[in-house]
Amino acid sequence: MDIIETVFVRNNLIVAFAVIGVTIWFSYLLADKLTNGRIHGSAIAIALGLVAAYFGGVATGGNTGVADIAILGGIGLMGGGMMRDFAIVATAFGVHLSELKKAGIAGVISIFAGVIVSFIVGAIIAILFGYTDAAAITTIGAGAVTYIVGPVTGEAIGATDAVITLSVAAGLVKSILVMIGTPLVAKYIGLNNPQSAMVFGGLMGTTSGVAAGLAATDPKLVPYGAMTATFYTGVGCLLGPSILFFIVSAIY
Amino acid sequence: MIVYGVALLSVCLILGMLIGEALGVALNVDANVGGVGIAMLFLVFASNSEKFKALTEDTAGGGIKFWSAMYIPIVVAMAARQNVAAAVDGGMLALLAGIAAVVVSFALVPVLSKISTTPVAEENEEQGAA
Repeated sequence: MDIIETVFVRNNLIVAFAVIGVTIWFSYLLADKLTNGRIHGSAIAIALGLVAAYFGGVATGGNTGVADIAILGGIGLMGGGMMRDFAIVATAFGVHLSELKKAGIAGVISIFAGVIVSFIVGAIIAILFGYTDAAAITTIGAGAVTYIVGPVTGEAIGATDAVITLSVAAGLVKSILVMIGTPLVAKYIGLNNPQSAMVFGGLMGTTSGVAAGLAATDPKLVPYGAMTATFYTGVGCLLGPSILFFIVSAIY
Repeated sequence: MIVYGVALLSVCLILGMLIGEALGVALNVDANVGGVGIAMLFLVFASNSEKFKALTEDTAGGGIKFWSAMYIPIVVAMAARQNVAAAVDGGMLALLAGIAAVVVSFALVPVLSKISTTPVAEENEEQGAA
């Protein structure tokens, strides 16, 4: 047993490649046999990943899903920000500039619209739950933007730890829902071309959610959505503790 | 050489991240502003340019295509390391705030996509005229 653990832990990134490979093979098998290809194999793989992450988190009490289990630690590196960004940039290979220009203005508008709309929705829910101080309402609203904007805003304007934790949870729910929901609603919202993918990325903004949601819908759309999504968190961190907080303060 | 493509990809990411980080400092924001998006633009420019042909064609291009193909497996690993337990623990407020933000944002996709289809229609007309 010791030997196995030593080898697995010492080579954890390689273990991750093998485990993820088997997971994807199994997911494509399920997609093919159970759903006749109606649900994309990668959508099933992502859903399995999220389920595993839930049990990993419950079992270890850590905050990086299955990566907190020692022999699966390599999944933390493989699925971490560095590798994710590297692979996202690689998807831009072969993208034509003309496609990007077509959605340029709509893409920029969608980033601001996405941040503001998500913030308002989150803030309204916070008010409905009885919050009356501006810092708490702003922080929860910012959490509905992304789980990075929530704590950045909360710390800047002095929200309590409990409220900051809530804002992270709201952002996580959003990110997970985008991963699962995108392939299901893609048809109904016209998400089938580079331009609508750029608008989608700008509106949703959660890089992980957009990255996984588009991968499960149509991998060809990934670079377009990711391109706008990566500006979203920055814009959110810019607006949250400043203009949006001032507006909420003026009301409350 | 495969590594030429990988190196080009790496340089694009690092340059993009540096600019994104600098933008964050300039805007007084505690985040990287669009670093990945800027890196993607660099790669798009490089792959559409004659000057970088040696780094993007044949085997060198294979080094970039490999990482592009590894995208979905990396995203699956990313899903497996999300803090799903914390999201579930957030209770009704977090759940409702997250769900409502996603539903409203989904609904806006077709509305804002219309802005981008207008110039496309014009372009089609031009092509039709030619």
